Amino acid sequence: MNTVIDAHNVSKVYNRETVPVYAINNVHLHIEKGEFAALVGPSGSGKTTLLNLIGGLDKPDTGSVFINELDITKLSANKLIDFRLKNIGFVFQSFNLIPVLTAKENVELIMQLQGIEKSVRDVRVQQLFRQIEMSDKMDVRPAQLSGGQQQRVAVARALASRPKFVLADEPTANLDSKSAFNLLDIMTKLNKEEHITFLFSTHDQRVIERARRIITLVDGRIVSDTAAVSTRHEKADV
Amino acid sequence: MWLIKMAWKNMWRNRSRTAITMAAIFFAVILSVIASSLKDGIFSNLVKNVVSFYTGYIQIHKKGFWDEQTLDNSFKSSSKTVRLIRGNKNVTAVASRLESFALASSVNITKGCLVAGIEPEKENRITFLEKKVIQGSYLLDTDYAVLLSQGLAERLKLTTNDTVVLIGQGYHGATAAGKYLVKGIVKFGSPDLNSRTLFMPLATAQNFYNADSMITSYVLSLRNTNNLQGIRSQLGEPLGRDFEVMSWEEMMPEVKQHIQTDSSNMKYVQGILYLLICFGIFGTLLMMMVERKFEMGMLVSIGMKKSKLIILLLYESVFTVLVGCLLGITASIPLVYYLNRHPIKMGGETAKVYERFGFEAIFPTSTEVSIFIYQGIVVLIIGLLLSLYPMYKVIRLDPVTAMKR
Repeated sequence: MNTVIDAHNVSKVYNRETVPVYAINNVHLHIEKGEFAALVGPSGSGKTTLLNLIGGLDKPDTGSVFINELDITKLSANKLIDFRLKNIGFVFQSFNLIPVLTAKENVELIMQLQGIEKSVRDVRVQQLFRQIEMSDKMDVRPAQLSGGQQQRVAVARALASRPKFVLADEPTANLDSKSAFNLLDIMTKLNKEEHITFLFSTHDQRVIERARRIITLVDGRIVSDTAAVSTRHEKADV
Repeated sequence: MWLIKMAWKNMWRNRSRTAITMAAIFFAVILSVIASSLKDGIFSNLVKNVVSFYTGYIQIHKKGFWDEQTLDNSFKSSSKTVRLIRGNKNVTAVASRLESFALASSVNITKGCLVAGIEPEKENRITFLEKKVIQGSYLLDTDYAVLLSQGLAERLKLTTNDTVVLIGQGYHGATAAGKYLVKGIVKFGSPDLNSRTLFMPLATAQNFYNADSMITSYVLSLRNTNNLQGIRSQLGEPLGRDFEVMSWEEMMPEVKQHIQTDSSNMKYVQGILYLLICFGIFGTLLMMMVERKFEMGMLVSIGMKKSKLIILLLYESVFTVLVGCLLGITASIPLVYYLNRHPIKMGGETAKVYERFGFEAIFPTSTEVSIFIYQGIVVLIIGLLLSLYPMYKVIRLDPVTAMKR
């Protein structure tokens, strides 16, 4: 059983009472373990909303989101927080890190929240910083890191809890080309070598070129889904 | 532990803001402690002044004497009773008195007066009567002489070494009459006492009233005056039902009332100070919540439970309040002690008015430890109560909305 994310008939509507706006409209999405998929589309197409629904940060108005066969739309707010901690890694567009903590402490934070022992945390942190090629920057505060380095630390943090998959919302949006490629290299390497599932929203061509599956959203509907790894998909009416 | 460490680091993320909040708490605590210690110090000094006028902190009479102050309500002085009283660790001095009334006359002027038979040396330890002598000299136990209050002496047109004639009713209806040398003149702050009081040694008074070994009261001074009612009960128990033990508060209810009224006014001042502290802390919390909205949304998104986030914010508030509070208390200690040793002195007309009424024209502070502890606890409670605001915001926090820019 390799299905990680299974979104069924998911819709999210704003302004229900007045003029309904479908941020997500009847979306079906299926992500397998080890995928490296990009959600693309113009601004306002619903990429972030869909990520939020899959990540359990928001609840759909209709439909269900299954993560490893568990319908997370049925979970209470408190259980969802716990679920996210154990199962999902997040990388946001910017301001990912706590400014008063060092890079190492930022990564360690997730494991502290999970109640993992210090000795285990130390080993994992070392390993993660090796993977993001920043072992020499562990004790540096975010303000002293470049945007790209900060995003790499954010990736390390997202992986710290050994999640089922990582959701990244426009991870390269604020990065220069070199930093963006560097981050993508690391994400691709982690995907290939560690089989970590990545689903990210982007309209950055550099990212799209690296993705092995491209899901295009327009006005809250999936209009195309070109997959290198075969997936079940529903094409929306265009 | 890591939450505490993180809270401490968060506290210093905006140093200026934290410093401003701490400074607000620091100064408010100093002002609050000084206001409180001044209030207690002034009232304690006022009580000391009033008590040393005449009453002492506690008086012991035969039951019923206070309502009907006649020699018929006097009792036999007993060393056993004095021992019982002195058995209380809080009692520092006991003086016996025989008090009644008489007519005082000079050549052709007569005036009613309060005659107080006293044990000069012991009395001086309680009411510092010797200090009030403005002319002549203080009494000795063996003197057959009197001290006149300034107003009475002026009314009778008498001065030291003159003779005053006393006529009155003695014990059990006997006639009391005698003439006495005016050994000195005393000045009282209280206009009432100053106009009608006459002191003589206890033995001389007993002789004058034909009341051998009889006294009307024991006057007590105390080491610790904080728990008057407790001391009163402790004293009353061994003495039994034949005696009434009264504190100065019962003997002078008007002074107690004055202190209570002033104390309530002082509470408004303290209320304003606490309000300042509230604004200082709340302003910071408000700014902090706005500034860190995204971060809090992000923390909840990645899996930090809201309860943990609340604890984190609570630590931050408590640390800020605690540091400001401790610094404020630490700084106020030398200030309060200095003002206790070197009280604020009033000058000019105000000082004259105070002195006219027999009060020292000074505002000393109280160095009671409880004042510092109480103020610290009050400010801490304020900080904790205000922390309910971030808690409320975190409970209502929606990570998606919080992370929208």
